[in-house]
Amino acid sequence: MRHLLSTLDLSRDDALAILDTAEQMAAVGEREVKKLPALRGRTVVNLFFEDSTRTRISFEAAAKRLSADVINFSARGSSVSKGESLKDTAQTLAAMGADAVVIRHGSSGAPARLASSGWINAAVLNAGDGTHEHPTQALLDAFTMRRHWARLHGTESTGTDLAGMKVVIAGDVLHSRVARSDLWLLRTLGAEVTLVAPPTLLPFGVESWPCTVSYDLDEALATRPDAVMMLRVQGERMHSAFFPSVREYSRRWGLDDVRLDRLDALGLTDTIIMHPGPVNRGLEISARAADSPRSTVLDQVRNGVSVRMAALYLLLSGENSTERTAEEQPR
Amino acid sequence: MTAHDSISSRTVLSSADIDRALTRIAYEILEANKGPEDLVLMGIPRRGYPLARRLAAKIAAAAPGVDPAAITGQLDVTMFRDDLARRPTRPPHATRVPVTGIDDKVVVLVDDVLYSGRTIRSALDALVDLGRPRIVRLAVLVDRGHRELPIRADHVGKNLPTAARERVRVRLAESDSAATGEAAADEVVIEGPA
Repeated sequence: MRHLLSTLDLSRDDALAILDTAEQMAAVGEREVKKLPALRGRTVVNLFFEDSTRTRISFEAAAKRLSADVINFSARGSSVSKGESLKDTAQTLAAMGADAVVIRHGSSGAPARLASSGWINAAVLNAGDGTHEHPTQALLDAFTMRRHWARLHGTESTGTDLAGMKVVIAGDVLHSRVARSDLWLLRTLGAEVTLVAPPTLLPFGVESWPCTVSYDLDEALATRPDAVMMLRVQGERMHSAFFPSVREYSRRWGLDDVRLDRLDALGLTDTIIMHPGPVNRGLEISARAADSPRSTVLDQVRNGVSVRMAALYLLLSGENSTERTAEEQPR
Repeated sequence: MTAHDSISSRTVLSSADIDRALTRIAYEILEANKGPEDLVLMGIPRRGYPLARRLAAKIAAAAPGVDPAAITGQLDVTMFRDDLARRPTRPPHATRVPVTGIDDKVVVLVDDVLYSGRTIRSALDALVDLGRPRIVRLAVLVDRGHRELPIRADHVGKNLPTAARERVRVRLAESDSAATGEAAADEVVIEGPA
């Protein structure tokens, strides 16, 4: 592994290596000294062209716990607003000696461009690109599910996958890079996935994806899922009317109090409710559902730091990281 | 297959030898500590941990009232190594500290082979982040020499004079059986060019 760009091309072994390493990283977060010296002297740049709170802070915390130096770069207030291109920005970061670039960009494929262009010789971590992928979010979701799945089966989570787990992902699939990354990774790990969305919020070609597609959330809940992931309705990406009204969306595709109670009525005591955040309370999920004991929203945030530590460690330590590639390249 | 043909291997410690060496080390640890008080054995993965467990069992047999599980832990040093950038990526192992913690304890680091001393340096750094032991000692099954740092062991199973190009392999039933499926016998082997 040299970059982390997508979960589509992440092998099962690499995915398990990241999740297993994240288990050890999670233990560090519970110690008195929450810091490891593994990436001392390395520089991680957070290059954010889109707004983000938790992903940027999570990557920053992860890099700092591994003793790396962190440079935060947000497009707002930088030369990007003066019209600087991605190439010039990347070469500037390269000249500053960045060992890893964590990039969030509004255009799908920007991280892959950065990784393959030769502009910068650093590990590239995709922190969300357009409507394409958000691999570390999928990894932290899988990590959260795996811990839940292992606890249900009374086993250690290290080394196991999600074989047999049933996951419902509901909401704005069309604009969601999380849904895509989650789907590829969960399939790689052996889980069954059902996508639920209004027809207008499903992407073109979804019938060829390796999952079941449903327009009806109640129907999907009746299949007794082990985890229900509610996606945020991405108002900022919606430039036309995808559903008649907020109330109608909430009634038909939101996890409201009625559906929360139905989970209990169905006897689904071990079904968890997940959300990648930020939560639109009252739209895709009710406040009571988001704060219920089933909700793993805060676990997901906590696990995000562990998973990102694992990804940074695996990409930046070892002879296959930046140093050797620097020798291989003639210039 | 010429590379394989030219490698000679000889067994330097048998299963019984290893057991006797560990029994002696267990008594040495008790003697140096004047009893089992405050002892914590921290094994370094992979093979230091099963050795620490065996030592704890022997200490418990010699000193009644000691719960071997309660004084044994595992100390992963991966993230503290000084060669992380020079070697292929190593996945970290778990660190498990006994519930008593290591503050003001007598911590005995346990590893299979003492060679350059760099693993032990990493272990000392890793230990500092977990707490402040009163004393840190080092017990190894084999000391093969070639130290690169000012580190020595307090308790040694066997001193093995080796050439730098030889390899010392420790096989333990706990850590080396799963891969092959059949139960591996304990042994220490020196491999080198014939």
